[in-house]
Formats: sequence, structure tokens, C-alpha cells
Amino acid sequence: MKKDFLIQRSNECRKEILKMVYNASSGHIGGAFSAIDIMVYLYFEKMNFSKNNFTDINRDRFILSKGHASAALYSCLAFKEIISFEELSGFRKIDRMLQGHPSRKTTPGVETSTGSLGQGLSFANGCALGLKIKNINSKTYCMVGDGEINEGQFWEALMTSARYRLENLRVILDYNHLQIDGKIEEIKNPSPSRERFESFGFYVIEINGHNFDEIEKAFTEADLIKRMPVFIIAHTTKGKGVSFMENNVDFHGTPPKKDEFERAMKELENA
Amino acid sequence: MPEKKSLRTEYGKTLVELGKKHDDLIVLDADLAKSTKTELFKKEFPERFFDMGISEADMIATASGFSSVGLKPFCSSFAMFLTGRVYDQIRNSVAYPHWNVKMVSTHAGISVGEDGASHQCNEDIALMRVLPGMTLLCPSDAFMTAHLTKKLYEYESYAYMRLPRNDLDVLYSENDSFEIGKSVVHKIGRDITIIACGAMVSIAKSTLLRFQSLGIDAGLIDMYSIKPLDAESLAQALNKSKALIIAEEHSVIGGLGSAVAQFSSERRPLPIAFIGIEDVFGESGFPDSLFLKYNLTEEAILKKGKMLYDKF
Ligand SMILES: Cc1ncc(C[n+]2csc(CCOP(=O)(O)OP(=O)(O)O)c2C)c(N)n1
Ligand SMILES: [Mg+2]
Repeated sequence: MKKDFLIQRSNECRKEILKMVYNASSGHIGGAFSAIDIMVYLYFEKMNFSKNNFTDINRDRFILSKGHASAALYSCLAFKEIISFEELSGFRKIDRMLQGHPSRKTTPGVETSTGSLGQGLSFANGCALGLKIKNINSKTYCMVGDGEINEGQFWEALMTSARYRLENLRVILDYNHLQIDGKIEEIKNPSPSRERFESFGFYVIEINGHNFDEIEKAFTEADLIKRMPVFIIAHTTKGKGVSFMENNVDFHGTPPKKDEFERAMKELENA
Repeated sequence: MPEKKSLRTEYGKTLVELGKKHDDLIVLDADLAKSTKTELFKKEFPERFFDMGISEADMIATASGFSSVGLKPFCSSFAMFLTGRVYDQIRNSVAYPHWNVKMVSTHAGISVGEDGASHQCNEDIALMRVLPGMTLLCPSDAFMTAHLTKKLYEYESYAYMRLPRNDLDVLYSENDSFEIGKSVVHKIGRDITIIACGAMVSIAKSTLLRFQSLGIDAGLIDMYSIKPLDAESLAQALNKSKALIIAEEHSVIGGLGSAVAQFSSERRPLPIAFIGIEDVFGESGFPDSLFLKYNLTEEAILKKGKMLYDKF
């Protein structure tokens, strides 16, 4: 693993995300920053997914079920040279391809449209199961939010993953403890513990979702698991990378003001 | 009495027939395979049948995933649970990303009968019709169902087809063919043309002679393709008839009637009367008694027809 490269790439992606949201005066920074390290690992180290094969049937797939973190996805697709950096300036703007939430029909490299929370894992199950039927040996990765899993459909989908023993599926929980209205524990409290997902029939791995050594270890271990889907509980920090955004629910979906943007950019440049 | 045949059994049989020819056909159900008749496919192709359990939302979005790897999924459940419960999943996980998922419901409309209003979906056409790009079919007999099921398999986009629980009169034969976006013009009436779908087609058909004995020249179009509508046959009716009656086993709000009224209003406004469920929930009862109570009858059609005629 090129750890220094991945750390640098994450930092570059965070800067692009910050610019996108600032430029659009809307978008979701907090959940993009908590997710980006794992996404960078998957897109730039792990997955068989490139500008040359992103429509091939045997590519690996990443499904961003928590679609509001779209800016994180677009930053990865830009560094992957699947969309141009010029496009990033059109984020959330009319007549441009980067929709507020990922849209499969407008943006190359986006596996499916998400944004209405709770649906991505069912889609990912369909991919993984379909690939198994077709004897195609590629992997499906699906990232969900810890607020998103308030949705009943997520739990329906967990049962499906386990029922069909989808060992080619990895579910990643972005466990940042915040949703829109506050702490997940104070709202519905989904208690996303190891035991809970084990009881649903998953092989569970817990990691710090910002530590590339732990990320790499988890996804390497996942590849050894047979006849069981893998669930990765990633302990993360919402807004990770910019001190005043970290663990701050205000930066879920509110764009930074000019001075906040400048301070954040400076922090990222000095990181 | 004309012979009656089950549309949903024909659907199940046709899935089996298609399954024999096509490896990429996948069938999903949500614990109603015995009723929707997808169990016929399950028996023949257990490895391509997925009972998703009582989780319709999961079923729809899983089907999208199947479609994304080039498989052709058909999902079935009752109309109530296949549309109302999963409107968001159909909108956001099927239609918006444009996946080739087919949704075929059974037990649509009030003819569900004894199960009562919780299971009588008189709103599914309205719900599906409003979705951008949705194709929507409501066949009127078993042969048409078989034919349209095959058309749906070939059709490369998302679509919804609604079937009733009850057997319906046989109106067509194996040799008839039906296209998406077309209709069956039984006759264009000089006075009135009835535009009907599903169970109402054979009821409407029985009124034609009765209209004749009243001195009213009435016709009938079987508008099984509710979206897209058959613009050609509708234009014929609009140009040759003086009024229309729409008859559907669905709410008068948002269904075939609304679609035709909208079309007519822009092309050539004609007086239109609507036969359907009036803004109310159904109730338990035998299907025939319910059709009687909720005015899905020959008499109701004749009454509206006479009222229209009296104003000519
Ligand atoms: C079905 C649905 N309901 C509500 C929303 C609005 N919404 C967008 S993000 C969000 C909170 C998500 O929290 P979480 O999953 O924890 O995301 P993260 O903390 O990773 O940003 C909500 C409620 C939505 N997008 N979809
Ligand atoms: Mg969260």
C-alpha cells in the first residue's frame, strides 16, 4: 500500500470537496470528510475500477448509499480521470452533470442514483447476487451512514445479504455518531454494535476509518472470508480534517462562509 | 356465458415459457408467490427465483441491482404493496437511475373482495402514471396478459403491469397480438365511445348492444396501454364520437380517465363521463357485490351514456 500517496490523495480530495461545496453554496461536507479516507483507499488502492474499465461487467463497484456525500464521490471520480476537474466547478449547478446527489444517468462512474436514504444496500445486494449468478468474481462495496440505518429497508437488506451468503459484498458503516438533528444516540439510537451485525449473519470488522493501516488490514481480511458477507464498522469523525468542522453537526449540510472556507483551506494546506 | 380465465396464472405460465428461452430472466416476489403465480417460475427455475420475504422495498431496489449487471428482473406482489408501499424505491432506485425492472402486480382494484380496503388498491395507476418515463399496462384478458408479459420482457426499460385477482372473460385469442402503446379498437361509436381497461372492458362490451337498442351508437376501445396511450385510436374516437365514457377499476382520480381527459382537452375537448371508484375506500364483500355497490356495472355505464346523449 502506498500509504503516503493515499494520505496525500485524501487531503487533495478534502480540498476539492471543500471547494465544491463552497462554490455551490450548498452540499454536505461533514459526511464527505468522514467517508473520504475509506473511499480513497477503495478507489486508489483496492478496487478494480479505472477510466478504462468503469463500464466493464467485471469491475469492482462502490455504491454510496449515503448519497449526500456526493462531493466525496465526485472528487474520487475526478482524480480517477473519469470526470474532469472542470466539472467539479459545476457541482449542484443547472445544465451541469454533477447533481446534488449521485445520478447514474448524468454522471459517468456513478453506479446508481442514491440520495433517498436506506436503499443502497438493497441495490448492492442485487449487484453482488447478480454477479454470483453470472460467475463473475468482482466485489461490491456499499457505504451507509449511521443515521441512514434508521431506515427499515437497510435492515431488510442486511437479511438479504446474509440469506444469500454474499461473500463478494462488503458493507461499510460510516460511524460518525451524527445525523442531521443531532447525535444518533439521542435520536433513534440504532446501536450499531459488532454483536448486532454478527447476529444478522455478517463477519464484522471494526476499524478506525481514518487510519490507512487499519483500513487496509480490514479489507485484506475481508477477502479471506468465505460464505458470509462482511460488515466493516468504521469509527469516524464527522468533518474529519478541519478542526472546527469536526464533530460539529452544523457542518452536516450547511456550506462554509467565506472566512470559514479560508480557514478550512489553510488547515488542509498545512496538514 | 363467456369462458373466464385467470390473468395471473397466464402471467406465471408465461414467465416459465420465457425462462426456458432466456437465462437472464430473474423473478422476485415478496412472500406472495402462491397468489401472484410466480411460484410457477419458482418450481421450474429455483435458482433464478428470489423470494425476498415481506420486504417489498428491499425487493425493488435489489431488482435494480440485478438489472445493473445485465439481468432482467420481474418483481411481483399485490398492487397495494408493489406500488404504494414502495413508491420511493420505484421512483428513486428504478425510474430515476433508469434500470430495466419490470413490476407486475396482481390483486389490483376493488375486486380483491373479502380482504377489504387495506388490500384493494384503487390508486396504483395514479401513482405509477405520474412517474417520468413509466410504462403502464392494464390487460383485460388472459391471452393479452401472456402476450404483454412477453412484450415486457423484450422492452428495455422499466414498466408496471396490473392484474386482477379474479378470472376475467376471454376476449381475445392466442393469435391476437398487442403492442405497448397500442389499443384494441372494438368499434368507434358515432355517438359515444367507451374507453376501458382491465375488468371494465368486458362489462363495457356488454353495453354496446344495449346502447344500440336505445338508439345510441356506442363503441369501445380497450386501452390496455395506459401509458403511453394509443394516440391514434384516441384521435379516431375524438374525431368521430360526440362524447366519451371512461371505465376503469380504479379511482376516478389520476387513472385512465384523467389521462384521456388530459389528452382530449388539448386535442379536441369532448364531454367525458367517468366510471370508477369515487374518492372512497372500498370494503369487504364478494367482488360482484362490490362492483354493484361501487357502480362498476353495465347499468352505471348506460346511465352515464344516456345522460351524455340527452345533452347532445
Ligand atoms: C429517506 C431520506 N430521508 C431523509 C433524508 C434527508 N437527510 C439527508 S442526510 C440525512 C442524515 C444522514 O445521516 P447519516 O446517515 O449519519 O450521514 P452522515 O453523518 O454520514 O452525513 C438526512 C436525514 C434523505 N436524504 N433521505
Ligand atoms: Mg452520521
